[in-house]
Amino acid sequence: MLRDATINFDTTGTPPIAAGQAFAGKIMDDRKSAKPTPEAACEQTDWLVAVRDKRDKLAFARLYDHFSPRLKGMLVRSGMTQAAAEDVVQDVMLTIWRKAHLYDETRARASAWIYRIARNRQIDVIRRRPRPVPDELIAEAETRETREADAAIGLEQEAAQLREAIEALPEAQREIIERAYVGELTQAEIREATGLALGTIKSRIRLALEKLRHELRDLREE
Amino acid sequence: MTEITHHLPDWLVRSYATGSLGHAFSLVVAAHVSQCDECRARLEAEELAGGLVLDDLKGMAPSDDLRRRVFDGLDDDDVIVAEQPARAGIYPGAVVEAMGADSPRWRALGGGIKQAILSEDKEGSARLLYIPPGMAVPDHTHGGLELTLVLQGSFSDETGRFGVGDVEVANDDLDHTPIAGMEDVCICLAATDAPLKFKGLLPRLLQPIFRI
Repeated sequence: MLRDATINFDTTGTPPIAAGQAFAGKIMDDRKSAKPTPEAACEQTDWLVAVRDKRDKLAFARLYDHFSPRLKGMLVRSGMTQAAAEDVVQDVMLTIWRKAHLYDETRARASAWIYRIARNRQIDVIRRRPRPVPDELIAEAETRETREADAAIGLEQEAAQLREAIEALPEAQREIIERAYVGELTQAEIREATGLALGTIKSRIRLALEKLRHELRDLREE
Repeated sequence: MTEITHHLPDWLVRSYATGSLGHAFSLVVAAHVSQCDECRARLEAEELAGGLVLDDLKGMAPSDDLRRRVFDGLDDDDVIVAEQPARAGIYPGAVVEAMGADSPRWRALGGGIKQAILSEDKEGSARLLYIPPGMAVPDHTHGGLELTLVLQGSFSDETGRFGVGDVEVANDDLDHTPIAGMEDVCICLAATDAPLKFKGLLPRLLQPIFRI
């Protein structure tokens, strides 16, 4: 069932949480000097598509150079030692290489897909048991080609808008959001905090899922 | 696919995405998302936001050794990426993984009700419940938060009817009596972050034995 398109994470009126403010690290310091444009951010998605479709090792090396320092930084900030973080980064990068066929650029930007893989692996390691993950909804290559090419571009535009919205937030609120996604907040802190309207992005991804379901159904009927 | 009307609250989706959710609740989130595209889209939107933060993150230089290990691994066929098992009947892959088998090892609780404990740790527990048609799950209140996801059949309580894919979020305030629908045996995945407490004397005596 398609619910109303705007499930809102809107936090107007939600008080900022104290826990997030006391020792918030600055993680977006370099943003103003090197603000990625939507086209530049799209680069990583292009690299991942090249890895998926052409097993392109140069594109993989670019992904490695872009993501491995960021992943290591995120994992260390969420409590891992440098050595443990590097082990996880290694597993994440090899998972990207081996599971690239599952990547669907109409639903996820490269950074979103890699963010998920990193969380999965980190939690496998920390908890010493496999993290429960949703069943994969697999996009076969042939259905992917029939989907609108501009779906990924649309996702990119939404992402650019969300990035602007994050940047426009008051400093304290922005830091809470960053800390939440980096993995520094507890479940209870996240329950109190929130703060990001993801309704339009959700609707776009929802649409991509509907198209995928539809095309998978058509494939089965052929 | 039946129409899912009871979804995950936003904070649970976000807690799962950011990795701050314990195992038992993560199991319910993964199982629900497996059958609910609405919440799958919400989770993927959260991950998009996580990716944006990751993109802007000040990194830490990895060692040269890491680069070598990664690139050596590309052509190494011995590198195995673990896969979660596939869905088995009504059980999503994450539940199959937690069961360690394709079907639950049920233990009778009396009155035809059965349960299978899937996980227990200091953050909470997850179990499957088997409730024959028309049977009531003993009236209980909660010490914390309880998530109940319907995998087969349905149940109804004071707050509404829950069919396949629906998830009920019950907190301290809710004092409810779920009753299984007449159409089928109701099988649920239930997770809690606190031990459940039963109101009657007898169930309370049974509690340590059955770990309800």
